[in-house]
Amino acid sequence: MAIFRSHVLICGGTGCTSNKSQLVRERFEEKIKEVKLDKEVQVVGTGCFGLCEEGPIVIVYPEGSFYSRMNVDKVDEIVEEHLLKGRIVEKYLFKEKAKVEHAEEHKSLMEVQFYSKQKRVALRNCGLINPEDINEYIARDGYMALGKVLTEMTPEGVIQLMKEANLRGRGGAGFPAGVKWSFAAPNKADQKYIICNADEGDPGAFMDRSVLEGDPHAVLEAMAIAGYAIGATKGYIYVRAEYPIAVRRLHIAIEQARELGLLGKNIFNSGFDFDIDTRLGAGAFVCGEETALMQSIEGNRGMARVKPPFPANQGLWKKPTVINNVETLANIPQIILNGPEWFKSFGTAKSPGTKVFALGGKIINTGLVEVPMGITLREVIYDIGGGCPNGKAFKAVQTGGPSGGCLTADHLDTPVDYENLAAVGSIMGSGGMVVMDEDNCMVDIARFFLDFIVDESCGKCTPCRVGTKRMLTILERITQGKGTLEDLDELESLANSIKNSSLCGLGQTAPNPVLATLKYFKDEYIAHVVDKKCPAKHCKALLTYEIDKDKCTGCTLCARKCPVSCISGTVKNPHEIDQEKCIKCGNCYSVCRFGAVQKN
Amino acid sequence: MKSLEELRKIREEAIKNVEMRNPDKDIRVVVGMATCGISAGARPVLSTFVDEVAKRNLNNVQVVQTGCIGMCTYEPIVEIYSPDKEKVTYIHVDSEKAKRIVAEHLVNGSVVREYTIGSEI
Repeated sequence: MAIFRSHVLICGGTGCTSNKSQLVRERFEEKIKEVKLDKEVQVVGTGCFGLCEEGPIVIVYPEGSFYSRMNVDKVDEIVEEHLLKGRIVEKYLFKEKAKVEHAEEHKSLMEVQFYSKQKRVALRNCGLINPEDINEYIARDGYMALGKVLTEMTPEGVIQLMKEANLRGRGGAGFPAGVKWSFAAPNKADQKYIICNADEGDPGAFMDRSVLEGDPHAVLEAMAIAGYAIGATKGYIYVRAEYPIAVRRLHIAIEQARELGLLGKNIFNSGFDFDIDTRLGAGAFVCGEETALMQSIEGNRGMARVKPPFPANQGLWKKPTVINNVETLANIPQIILNGPEWFKSFGTAKSPGTKVFALGGKIINTGLVEVPMGITLREVIYDIGGGCPNGKAFKAVQTGGPSGGCLTADHLDTPVDYENLAAVGSIMGSGGMVVMDEDNCMVDIARFFLDFIVDESCGKCTPCRVGTKRMLTILERITQGKGTLEDLDELESLANSIKNSSLCGLGQTAPNPVLATLKYFKDEYIAHVVDKKCPAKHCKALLTYEIDKDKCTGCTLCARKCPVSCISGTVKNPHEIDQEKCIKCGNCYSVCRFGAVQKN
Repeated sequence: MKSLEELRKIREEAIKNVEMRNPDKDIRVVVGMATCGISAGARPVLSTFVDEVAKRNLNNVQVVQTGCIGMCTYEPIVEIYSPDKEKVTYIHVDSEKAKRIVAEHLVNGSVVREYTIGSEI
C-alpha cells in the first residue's frame, strides 16, 4: 500500500456538500496532480466535522491545519504554499469567534474550543476517516468488537455487559439498550430482527444523519452485535430517503462488509449469520415511532399501534424485534471494546456516556457536538456554541424537537441528562437544540411546532388528529391578535387531554412545546391576547410601522419601495404610513437609511 | 472473515495509512520544504522519512514539513524534536542519510552526530 506524506481531509457531510465541498475536493485533486504531488498527498472525503457553520471544512494532516469556509479559489494557494512548500496559509485558517480573547488563529483542530470541550464516542470517526473505505474503519479498531463478541463472548455475556454499561436509548426516551435486548433474547422464534431507527425527523436535528454519513460501519457492526445477543440473523436500517448521502454510504458500507465476510454467513467462523438491508422512509415523522416504523417496513401505511405487545415480543412480521436508534448503536462497539466501566466514566450516574447534539437556531457555531452527559446547557450554548450572534440576548433553548420543551435563561445551569431535563419541563429528545434570542416570539414557536404536528399526525386516534388541529387554530388566533384569556385555559386543558389519551408518543408529547411556553413565557401569551402586542416584534398582525417625523428626511425611498403605495409625503418633507392600507411587509423598515421607520 | 487474526492483519496494514491523522505524537520530524529546501533535494528526503516511519510502525513519530528557516546553504535541513530533549538539527540530508537517521535516532534514540549541524561548524 502506498504511504502518503500528507492527507487532505475534506468534509463530505450534507452541510458542507451543500456549500459545494465537492467542487473544492475536485479542485484539490486537479491541482495536486498538476504540481505532481498526487503520489505524496492523499485527498480524502470524510463525514461531518461538526462545525457546519464554518464549512466547507478542510483539514490537512499531519499538521492538523484547520481551514474553514473553503472555496475553489482558495485551493490553489493552499496546494502551492502548504502542500508544496510547507507554509501553512494562516489567513485561511479557522478563527474562533466564540470568545474575543481567543480570537487568534488556530493551527490545529484540538486547539479549537469548539472541539476541546467535547468527548467524542459516537462521533469518534466522523471527520477522521473516509466512510466509503472499510479499511479506514478497521484501522480505527473497526469490527474488533464484533470479532471479540463472536469469538470470546456468549450472547448472555453481551447482554450482561450492555446492562452494566447502562447505555440509554439516544433516540430520546432513554430506555436502557441492554434491558431492551434482554426482553427479546429469551423469546423463541424461527426469526428475530434488529432494526436501526434512522428516521430522524425532529426539525433541526441531524445527529443520526451525520453518524451514518461519517461512520456507517459503526452502525452495521453494532447491529450485528445486537443480532448475536438476541439471536437475530436479519437487520433492517429504516432511513429517510431525504438523506441521500447517508443512504449511499450505507449501501457502500454494507457491500464492503459483505465482501470481507463481516456480514453474511458464518462470520468469524462462529456459525453466526447476519445480514442487513436498508428500507427507505418517505419522510413521515410518525414512522420514527417504533410500531409505525415496523408497519412501514412491512409495506403498510405508517401508523402506530397499541403497545403491548412490545416489539421485543411481537415486532416486525410479529417476530421478536429490537429497535435501536443510530446514535445508540454507534456507541456499542466502543462499549464492548473498552468495557462498561470506561463508558460509565463519562456522564452522570443515571445517564452514563455522551450525547450528540445538533446546535441550531440563533447560535454562532451551528453544528454537531458530542458532550459528556451532565454538562450544563450554559457550557454547550456559550463555551461550545459561542452564544447568540449579533450581540442579541439569549431567550430560550428548545430541546427535544416537537416532543420537547423550551428552557429559559434561568435553566442554563441545568446539567444535561434525562432526569434533569425532564425535571424542568423539557426532554433530552433525540438531540436537537434550537437556540432562540430576543427576536423569537415564543407563541409563534409553539404555533410552528403545532403546525408541524398537525401535518405529521397519522390520524389514527382522535385526540391527536382533532385535538392538535384545535390547538393550532387557537394559537393562530392568538398570533393574529384575536385571542382571549379563555383561549389560554382552553389550550392548557386540550394539551392535557391530548397528552393523556393519545395512542403513541407523537400525540402524547405533541402538546409539550405549548405547555412549556405557557409555563415559562405566559407573559408573552398575555401580551398577545390582552395588549394585542407581540413583545418580540415578530407576529405580523400585531405590528405597526410608523414614521418618526423628526428623523424622516423626506428622501421618498420608502414610498417608492412600498408595494401597496400606502406611504404618502412630498420630497424633503416627513412621510406618513396609512395604517388602513399597510400590509406590514416591513420593506419601509428595512430600506430606511435614517432609522425613521419604527416597528412597534 | 474467518478469524480475529485475519481482521488484525487488515488492521495492521490499514493503520499505516490513517496513523498520520492521530495528533498525539511525541516525536516530530520537521523537514525544510521551502524553495531552497526543495531545490536542494528535500522532497525525496521527506518521502523517505514518511516511508521509513510507516514501514517501521513508528506510531509516535510525526513527519511534517516547514518553510525556510534561514540557513539555505545547509538545506535539506531536518530537525527532530523529542520530548525533554534538545532539538537536533541535521543538515545536507539525503535519502540514504534519512534512512540512517530513522534507524539510529528515531528507533534507537542515538543522535547521528556526523550529520548534525554541530559537526560542520
